[in-house]
Amino acid sequence: MEQLLQHGLNALILGGTYALLGIGLTLIFGIMRVVNFTHGELYAFGAYMMYGLTMPLGLNFFVGLLLAVLLGLGLGALIELVLLRKLRGADIDTTMLVMIGAWIAMQNAEQLGWSGVAKSIDTPFSTTPIKIGSVLLPWNRLFVFVVAMALIAATYALINRTKLGKAMRATFQDRDTARLMGVNVDRIYMATFALGSGLAAAAGALLGPVLLVTPGMGDLASLKAFAIVILGGLGNIPGATIGGFILAFMEELGAGYISSGYRDAMGFLLIILILLVKPTGLFATRERIG
Amino acid sequence: MLSRYVKFGLTAIAAVALGSAATGPASAQDTIRIGVSQPLTGAFAASGNYVAQGARIAETEINAAGGVLGKKIELIIEDNKSNPTEAVATAEKLIVKDKVPVMMGAWSSTLTLAVMPKLEEYKVPMVVETSSSGKITTSGNPYIFRISPTSEMEAKAFQPLVAKLGIKKADFLNTNNDFGIGSATEFAKMLEASGVTVGVREVMDPKATEFSAQLAKIKSSGGDTLFVTTAVEQNTLILKQAKEQGLTTRIITTGGSNSPDQLATQAGDAANGSLHTTFFPPWFPEVTKNPDAAKRYMDAWKAKGHEVGGLTEGYRGYDGIFVIAEAIKLAGKAEAAAIVDGLWKVKVKGVYGDIAFAKQGPAGKESGQNTPTVYLVKIEGGKVVKGPQ
Repeated sequence: MEQLLQHGLNALILGGTYALLGIGLTLIFGIMRVVNFTHGELYAFGAYMMYGLTMPLGLNFFVGLLLAVLLGLGLGALIELVLLRKLRGADIDTTMLVMIGAWIAMQNAEQLGWSGVAKSIDTPFSTTPIKIGSVLLPWNRLFVFVVAMALIAATYALINRTKLGKAMRATFQDRDTARLMGVNVDRIYMATFALGSGLAAAAGALLGPVLLVTPGMGDLASLKAFAIVILGGLGNIPGATIGGFILAFMEELGAGYISSGYRDAMGFLLIILILLVKPTGLFATRERIG
Repeated sequence: MLSRYVKFGLTAIAAVALGSAATGPASAQDTIRIGVSQPLTGAFAASGNYVAQGARIAETEINAAGGVLGKKIELIIEDNKSNPTEAVATAEKLIVKDKVPVMMGAWSSTLTLAVMPKLEEYKVPMVVETSSSGKITTSGNPYIFRISPTSEMEAKAFQPLVAKLGIKKADFLNTNNDFGIGSATEFAKMLEASGVTVGVREVMDPKATEFSAQLAKIKSSGGDTLFVTTAVEQNTLILKQAKEQGLTTRIITTGGSNSPDQLATQAGDAANGSLHTTFFPPWFPEVTKNPDAAKRYMDAWKAKGHEVGGLTEGYRGYDGIFVIAEAIKLAGKAEAAAIVDGLWKVKVKGVYGDIAFAKQGPAGKESGQNTPTVYLVKIEGGKVVKGPQ
């Protein structure tokens, strides 16, 4: 029982970070329909900025976190401006190839700039975990969970409750009509890609101090993010959130009670089963890109 | 940043110069080429670069002392990208295009195992500097000469410590590849033979970063010691996450690619009390078989300004190149078949100890296997100290 409770709590905490990875990508892949292979590299970028700002430059942990997210937003805007703006009319394959190129270039730039040796980031949190009954909850993980939930809620509100969100939804439903209604389409494209990138950078900046920062860290994040987005249904923020939690619970319980060698396989097995029954994902509102 | 660009520019110029030199007719006689396949990018990039840096130091020292057979040696280092498919491609390129008569590589067991069929195909020997999986020297490949210890040797060397450490019940957590599975299997066999109960045997994907499920299971197994086998990044995360989960079990990492310095720095107080096997202890080089070789290597490493944390990896490449140079000297010519004979006669006073190859594997197709010393170190108060010996 104690083990089950600990597994459940671990999955809940892990699910929060998966959800954060998922919602950033669901904006870009689901709503903008850009197969964004740089998502994981934006995650790594956030982590490296967090390292650079707080360790060599010695900034306060929370200030570093905020700046790392802003830099992620900026890099996202730059990628949209330099790479994607010219490709807006291009077919999905061309865009995909360009994004694969950007992914490889960014990952190698990280290794060139920071070397292959892993970096670790100090946190202001106590390393002694909180004890709740018989289960343990580390402080740094609790912080990540709370911030991730706040960011998810804020993103949901931005998309569904604000004028900018309405303009975003309108633009990606029908670009030309939105333009005729006076929406600055260029600015909306940039804002959406920047927002998705900023969320990826936030996930990296939050998890970098919990884990380690390495040039290859984005690959696993990218893979999980795509799985979560497809599981939850493209472009659906609550779907991506729930998808993140489902993946975390599958992995944690699968590894805990079936076999740890198949930890990652468990999640993907479930995704295959769900897609067989519901090919659009759990909560999709539109058909998949194909 | 500027110096990086300058360096990059110089490398580019050097590459162009080398490229044009390679097409010149005289180049084949000028130098003796040695192929090196290491993971310079990807998951094992940190370790692969250290090994390559160690190899470069050996190259400089050998050439400064007049080279081999009156010629300078020239390392051609290829990046196998931590990927077995790429590792095969590097071997093919080094042997076919660069025409190297001997190679060193390929860091991880999985990468080395991938390269091995190519060695048989082209009849070119390879000195294995890091890999530990038993399969490498027992599968009957007569072109393999391993200077690093096998997991079985490491487990055997550890046996006298089982009683000293008072191990009664042990659990395992290892990376799900040839290296991790090989080590856990050999250690479990040795521990059971010593009367220790083996609890749970958990595995993890080599890229995984979250081990909460495995650690929760290990915690409820209730062993007194946890054996962990993987590279330094996952070792760091496991130490940190074990502390987060309130796991008080003693943690011992095996395999020798655990960089205790890096663990002490990056895992912080979570690393205190943990034990680590290593095949070269740079914290007390005086205990090694050849302190002179150790000192020469360490001085050169520091003079180059390489990371101190890399000392426990770099010596593998350093020794590997010295072994190859000695084999070429004994062969009398830079040809693959002669170098194979030369490798069987090698006696090198290296950082790994007194390096010589004994036969291992099926009769008639034996591989060469060296027997290095295994050391146990402990992290205490953020410092690396001698463990029970």
